[in-house]
Amino acid sequence: MQYWDFSPARCPAVWLLLASLVPGITQADVYRLSISEKSINLIGETQPAVLADEALPAPTLHWREGEEVTLHVTNLLNEPTSIHWHGIILPYQMDGVPGISFDGIEPGQTFTYQFKVKQSGTYWYHGHSGMQEQQGLFGALIIAPQQEQQTVDRDYVVMLSDWPRADPERTMARLKKQSDYYNFQKRTVGNFFADIRRLGFWETVSDRLAWGEMRMEPTDLADVTGANYRFLINGQTAEAKPLYLFKPGEKLRLRFINASAMTHFDVRLPGLKMTVIAADGQPVEPVDVEEFRIAVAETYDVLVQPQTEQAYSIFAEAMDRSGYANATLTPRAGLQAALPAMRPMTLLTLAEMGGEHAGHAAHQAPVLPPVGAENSHAHTEHSAAPDPTMTEHAGHQHATAETLAIEHAGHDTPRADTAKPLSYSQLIAEQPNHALMGPPDREITLRLTGNMQRYIWSFDDTKYADAEPIRVKFGERIRFTYVNETMMNHPIHIHGLWQYLDNGNGMYNPKKHVINVKPGQTVSVDVPADAEGEWAFHCHLLYHMDTGMFRKLIVERAEHVH
Amino acid sequence: MCISKFVLNPRNAWFCLALFCATAAAHDTATIFNHFKADRLEYEGNQGLHLFKWDVQNWTGTDENKLWLKSEGDYSADQNIFGRADLQVLYSRNIDTFWDFQIGARRAIEPERTFDAVIGFQGLAPYFIEVDSAMFINEKGNVLGRLTLGYEMLLTQRLILQPRVEVNVAAQDIQNRGVKSGVTEFEAGFRLRYEVEREFAPYVGMDYVEEASLREHQHSLRGVVGVRIWY
Repeated sequence: MQYWDFSPARCPAVWLLLASLVPGITQADVYRLSISEKSINLIGETQPAVLADEALPAPTLHWREGEEVTLHVTNLLNEPTSIHWHGIILPYQMDGVPGISFDGIEPGQTFTYQFKVKQSGTYWYHGHSGMQEQQGLFGALIIAPQQEQQTVDRDYVVMLSDWPRADPERTMARLKKQSDYYNFQKRTVGNFFADIRRLGFWETVSDRLAWGEMRMEPTDLADVTGANYRFLINGQTAEAKPLYLFKPGEKLRLRFINASAMTHFDVRLPGLKMTVIAADGQPVEPVDVEEFRIAVAETYDVLVQPQTEQAYSIFAEAMDRSGYANATLTPRAGLQAALPAMRPMTLLTLAEMGGEHAGHAAHQAPVLPPVGAENSHAHTEHSAAPDPTMTEHAGHQHATAETLAIEHAGHDTPRADTAKPLSYSQLIAEQPNHALMGPPDREITLRLTGNMQRYIWSFDDTKYADAEPIRVKFGERIRFTYVNETMMNHPIHIHGLWQYLDNGNGMYNPKKHVINVKPGQTVSVDVPADAEGEWAFHCHLLYHMDTGMFRKLIVERAEHVH
Repeated sequence: MCISKFVLNPRNAWFCLALFCATAAAHDTATIFNHFKADRLEYEGNQGLHLFKWDVQNWTGTDENKLWLKSEGDYSADQNIFGRADLQVLYSRNIDTFWDFQIGARRAIEPERTFDAVIGFQGLAPYFIEVDSAMFINEKGNVLGRLTLGYEMLLTQRLILQPRVEVNVAAQDIQNRGVKSGVTEFEAGFRLRYEVEREFAPYVGMDYVEEASLREHQHSLRGVVGVRIWY
């Protein structure tokens, strides 16, 4: 049983002490992290993990806006390592990507990161070498603003992650040999007959033929699933019953961070209203939601104010419903909330697969509206979309129940029609950015591409190994348009530069470090190239990044003309 | 350039294979994977017939370029003879999302020692039909063909029914091999496997086999027990 509480309100003495120790306005702190391999037992067997300071997750770092941080990172592994400060604006040499920002940290070496912190909010840090991030090398990064706007009684980090059974290199090899290796929710002969009863013979047959023609599976929501993963909150399985304490009436800030390698989560606190106040560390107009989807590498700050002496579940279902992470928000350590039931997965639809059909006359890609209109395919299956496959899940529950160890998967309580998952269109920046007005200086369309069958992922059909860097000029505003031609979600991350998501809010478009692009979706972002250097630009799904969905983005100063 | 008359000479095919592999290695720094798959390791038989059969493939290479080995054959324990045994060594090039083009050579050890050039396509056709096709050309210019089609039906997530058809054809009679033009061998059947792990699946099944040669024509129904293994 543990809980994490870092709010100034809870421990004012510490903060007073800290403040008094630091003379002047500029704060400077020195942090040390050592990266080592350690055996841990999370799933009933001993497995190697790559950890910072032997902790899973790594220690939460608390910085202050305006502080000059110095971080000594020592490599005690037998292989090179690195730490990337995810979402942090800094000189590119401090960004921590081997081969781009620096050479990496060799075994036995210490690398010193040093930069001024120019932002505040919830971020995280993680390894950027090999598969170390998947093996436990990640931690939370909390930056206090110069002027706190949101006073809360308690301040908690809720760090979601996916812990693998198999060695990540082995998982990669399995995916290369059989890309659906981890999908144990595929449609069976039984589903076929159930669909015939429900939808009719021809409807079902034409659906199967359409998917068969594409050689794709509508259940393919995740490449690596609960068949390989246990899902964790702050490094703990649901069975370990991680705990967060509160007193009724208190206001709590929950800082959700998705440190997973491959898993998007749908997060709920049944019975509690959540107010989203920040996305990717940036304050947004408060939005009340009952649920939100957190893509890999995103962060969301959420306020909750439980009024009664009651325990609540913090329930994060994997998007494909192959498992969940769970913690309890409770007034007393002994009081547990009932475990919520997992809901059925929402299958992919043929409409989403429009992009795959770019070359087929019979299935022209639908012109997709900007993300603002995405409510129509929000992941509730009561969506108004006319596509018959949207109701597929009803017949699919058997398979889910049969194949998963989680007994209640099939016993779904009827979904409340009122459930309102957060939509990207609801993210409205607190402060306007006037620089977003007017046409961009450069427009770049980037197709998100892949070969699911062979497990090759790429941009514009070109893998990183074969690609030229993207070059832009310092000071330009670039408008990237991501066209997702695949059936997977791709959380696109640009290092060192913000992406202003065009969700129809103009100057109030929110800035994010990760933009999740759904299957078949087209999304535009504005990226002010205000930081010189070489930056990594990639899909944050680890196995997609590793197979080639990656670019180097070079921001160069215009040469002086004499 | 290799897909010309030049390659149809088996000796040249080896040369081409080496050339392709060398070219591939020079341009590729990507991760190399190795995939061994024993699709069929089985006992096949009926009242009058007891055979051990194998159908094994192994590829090594990158996303685009692979060295692909295939071996098929059967062994009769009763008679202590190999009915058929061959080894194909192929260069495999990924030419499309779902398809590989393959070129190389086949060495048959039984029933007779022969040497053929091989050209084929392997991949996944629409509607999830697994295709392995090959054309074999020997030094006298005789042409043989083999087409294998497979499909997987999920009864549950782990219990999988796999119908399979294999057709071997010959373009003309080959006297010394006893090969008769037309369909020389037709095999249709199914295998029902249970994936204990993805990599390990025991199975049972049935095969209908029809063989035609210059010497005889026979058909039979056989029961099958075996195991599918890959890593």
